[in-house]
Amino acid sequence: MRDIDLDALLPKLVKAFFETLHMVTFSFVFATILGILIGLVLYSTRKGNILENAVVFGILSFIINLVRPIPFIILIVAMIPLTRIIVGTSIGPGAAILTLSIVGGISIGRIAETNLVAVDPGTIEAGSAMGARPLRVLFTIVVPEALGPLLLGLTYIFVALIDATAVAGTVGAGGLGSLALTYGYQRFDWFVMFAVIVVLIVMVQVAQFLGNWVARKAMHA
Amino acid sequence: MYAAGLSGGSGKEHMNTAISFERVSKTFVTKGTTFEALSDVSLTVERGDIFGIVGYSGAGKSTLLRTVNALERPTSGQVIVDGRDIAALSAKDLSVARQKIGMIFQQFNLLQSRTVYNNIAYPLRLAGLPANKIVDRVEELLEFVGLTDKALAYPSKLSGGQKQRVGIARALANHPDILISDEATSALDPQTTGEVLDLLRRVNKEYGVTILVVTHEMDVIRSIANRVAVMQNGRVVESGSTYDIFSSPTDATTKRFVSSVLHHFPSGNAVDRIRAVHRGRLVQLHVDNRESNDPFLSRVAREHNVDFNIVYGGVSELESRLFGNITLELLGTDSDVDAAIRDLALSTPVTEVTQNA
Repeated sequence: MRDIDLDALLPKLVKAFFETLHMVTFSFVFATILGILIGLVLYSTRKGNILENAVVFGILSFIINLVRPIPFIILIVAMIPLTRIIVGTSIGPGAAILTLSIVGGISIGRIAETNLVAVDPGTIEAGSAMGARPLRVLFTIVVPEALGPLLLGLTYIFVALIDATAVAGTVGAGGLGSLALTYGYQRFDWFVMFAVIVVLIVMVQVAQFLGNWVARKAMHA
Repeated sequence: MYAAGLSGGSGKEHMNTAISFERVSKTFVTKGTTFEALSDVSLTVERGDIFGIVGYSGAGKSTLLRTVNALERPTSGQVIVDGRDIAALSAKDLSVARQKIGMIFQQFNLLQSRTVYNNIAYPLRLAGLPANKIVDRVEELLEFVGLTDKALAYPSKLSGGQKQRVGIARALANHPDILISDEATSALDPQTTGEVLDLLRRVNKEYGVTILVVTHEMDVIRSIANRVAVMQNGRVVESGSTYDIFSSPTDATTKRFVSSVLHHFPSGNAVDRIRAVHRGRLVQLHVDNRESNDPFLSRVAREHNVDFNIVYGGVSELESRLFGNITLELLGTDSDVDAAIRDLALSTPVTEVTQNA
């Protein structure tokens, strides 16, 4: 059995952890902004809703369905030319954040749309009956009523981003994924690999716990 | 009345009218099939009325109710609310008009993400009331509906009756002239229904709010409405004072609704059972508040040498007036019974129960 060099491992692990956290946090923030916007547009342009527009809804929906089936590992490679234009480089956390934000944003967009559509039509009707105009109904009734399930959806995406970040490590994004691949896959250092897995598990558990807690607060159920 | 239409209706005439449905029709078109939800409905709801609309599901009563605040717009005809064609208002004017038309729902439709306090404050914020006035008004409303201690609770923690009381408080927030109720007690148990109806009665009496109630429960009509319209297949088949509708329904649907709560008339099965014992002729006598104390039944029986048995009947009281029906078996020769029926009919409406009824 080989010696386990904790002193050498720990700094690497800490560095990788913060790289991952950096990528996940930034891409999550961008993805949330993008996703909520997509969700609001999809919801409002839907048939029968306030900004009903079959063309906008159709095009947006088509683009989403175009991107979603592409496996993340392939998408991140396919996006390299675009990444070079926007970020200036195709390696490192910054490059990964772009792809992560787009993929996360599109997923959040669908989740947000689903949650907005699921809001009890009775509450919307009550709002109209009280004299609230459509935009007011959207932002003071539909969005707050959808918030609890939406927060659970966001948690799901946050976890998915941790996962995707590790995948991005294969194409030079750095972080825990790179660490695990470099030591585990290329050098057969199982200890480093397991250490990375443990850190990932802890991150996911904490994220899910916090997400559940915030969602419960928002749902008042 | 003539020429009123030319001047757009005389003001005086509209003073006492809260809602007037004028030849309202509504057709829904979905995937090529058309459905006429309302056809040619005309009704007038006076200020201070508690007006009930009763009908089976699909009769069009909820659609009619929803034309009052333009949640539905008539395909033809007009709904005049407080003297204005509600469907013709601009979006902005409609928004303001709706603040004066409270609405309550079968499923309460409270905002789950807000406390009781914030549910009631919602319409006040919409109306742009300053914050300190909102606090006062919400407290006043909470007290009126008896939920002061629930101000900070979320709707999921309330019982059905409490939710509907929040719904009522919310609907009353901006001092509406009209309250419309869409099956507001249909999801509640009988005891809670009674409490909610008591509250609506107080809303009507203490605040003078005109209430339009849609229900499929004739008990609700009997307990709070002073006027009622019966709907069937998108049409009003009968309307009038609650007393008249209950005491002398003419339409078949109305009769079925009335007999769901009043058991003055024997059903077909009951008639068969009665006939198994009572072979004489059966007649039904209308009973109501009588001015005279003439004991006409025994007098007529004596005069024509006819005997009688009471075989069925019931008497009810509505708005402090009595009404009912007694089914009698008359025994005697055919010509004597004929003469007795003729004389009884001088005192009260009489119908003979035919053999195959």
